[in-house]
Amino acid sequence: MKDFQYAAPTTIQAATSLLTEHGSGARILAGGTDIIVQLREGLREADIVVDIKKIPELRECQYSDESGLCLGAAVTCCEIYEDADLAGRYGALADSTHIIGGWQIQSRASVGGNLCNASPAADTIPALIVLNAEAQVTGPNGQRTIAADAFCTGPGINSLVDGEFVVAIQIPPQSASMGSAYQRFIPRNEMDIAVVGVGSWIELDADGNIANARISLGAVAATPLFAVEASQFLVGKEPSDDNFAEAAELAKQIATPITDMRGTAHYRTHLVGVLVKRTLTTALARAQA
Amino acid sequence: MTTATKKIHVTTTVNGESVEFLCEPRNSLLEVLRDTLGLTGCKEGCNNGNCGACTVIVNKLPVNSCLVFGVEAEGAEIETVEGIADANELHPIQDCFLEGAALQCGICTPGFLVSAKALLEKKPGASEETIRFDLSGNLCRCTGYDKIVRAIQEADKQMSAATVDSTTND
Ligand SMILES: Cc1cc2nc3c(=O)[nH]c(=O)nc-3n(C[C@H](O)[C@H](O)[C@H](O)COP(=O)(O)OP(=O)(O)OC[C@H]3O[C@@H](n4cnc5c(N)ncnc54)[C@H](O)[C@@H]3O)c2cc1C
Ligand code: FES
Ligand code: FES
Repeated sequence: MKDFQYAAPTTIQAATSLLTEHGSGARILAGGTDIIVQLREGLREADIVVDIKKIPELRECQYSDESGLCLGAAVTCCEIYEDADLAGRYGALADSTHIIGGWQIQSRASVGGNLCNASPAADTIPALIVLNAEAQVTGPNGQRTIAADAFCTGPGINSLVDGEFVVAIQIPPQSASMGSAYQRFIPRNEMDIAVVGVGSWIELDADGNIANARISLGAVAATPLFAVEASQFLVGKEPSDDNFAEAAELAKQIATPITDMRGTAHYRTHLVGVLVKRTLTTALARAQA
Repeated sequence: MTTATKKIHVTTTVNGESVEFLCEPRNSLLEVLRDTLGLTGCKEGCNNGNCGACTVIVNKLPVNSCLVFGVEAEGAEIETVEGIADANELHPIQDCFLEGAALQCGICTPGFLVSAKALLEKKPGASEETIRFDLSGNLCRCTGYDKIVRAIQEADKQMSAATVDSTTND
């Protein structure tokens, strides 16, 4: 690994000035479960590694019925799924954080890091997309927000510019009539990269029909996808197996997967259909619970 | 031109004792523990987070020490496999691994001991499924896992019996 400097600023301002000063030579360190591997394998280089875990705002996690969840970018997977209130409200987020790596990885890995690493197969991104999350970004030119479905622009590429970083992830409040779920397919039970991952979110109206729905697909394109048509198809419909199957067919149409050692394009497209139906069913059960 | 980065001074706690060391920012905690502090219990299997042979506890949570920089240990509390046995007496998990032949080459064993101890302290009475899921970040090329899982279940029984004993003796 190439030599570099290390800094652990304790304020957002100090981090911003370090990142601005060093530009593309600076690499952010959250849990390190992606970046340390990438630095070691020479896939990325750094003149300075800026550890953001000592900034209090990045470690906070606050929920209110008015503004929803403000999840500090460096909050770890363990901290999320072990918080029963949070896990109950944001099912898809709990599902996805619980299957990232094993316990050792989950103790360190953050949702902010998972999002910023921008892997097409990242498990939390479809969950963030269906939960309508926004990244709160700060940088040399001030603050801005980026919707989760617009955050990744290619494999390993996100829409941040030099000097910017994610401070928190903002997720709208959840009411009792909403439910969400994330599932991935892997050939074993744990410790593998998604062949396909799907997130679903449902809101029911007073009659038990679907008031709103969101479906997102991972590992079937260069970035995680928001399945707009499949989601809109469900609005106003009865939450039946037939309608879920129709939404699954619509979702399959936007998948443009590759064939690699984890699965063929044909197999991945088939899995999209299976997982859309399964996650909608789980999200529905959670919305009805 | 190359300018050597200044080594950074780190103060931390390892197995209950205050420890100071110097390291380069790029050195992993695994390198520091093994090469600087001589704690060679943690092993390097893959050096990329997949095998768990380098598992140590940092601030009460199991982590892969190959995926932590040594400089991140500033102010942390670290527990390694060397801290598991009590003076001359092995911990029940270590006893059960020996009794149950839960190791062959032994490279994975320190990592399994550290993870298993963290697991049983957090979830006494864990089901076989929980044990297998929570230890999925520890790989073993030799045993086929069954003996490891059984040793952990046996240690769990002994540890909870010991807790019951000590409460009834109170
Ligand atoms: C053994 C193993 C198993 C894994 N399994 C999975 C899995 O099952 N599913 C999965 O999705 N991933 C998996 N991963 C990948 C990784 O653990 C996750 O992507 C994790 O969430 C990354 O978070 P981190 O905090 O460790 O990020 P880091 O490695 O610290 O950072 C990741 C990237 O994001 C940047 N970054 C981090 N935080 C910010 C921020 N706040 N603002 C701007 N940029 C930032 C960093 O500079 C870096 O480029 C695995 C990794 C390993 C080693
Ligand atoms: S050596 Fe750290 S996980 Fe394998
Ligand atoms: S005993 Fe050899 S790897 Fe587990």
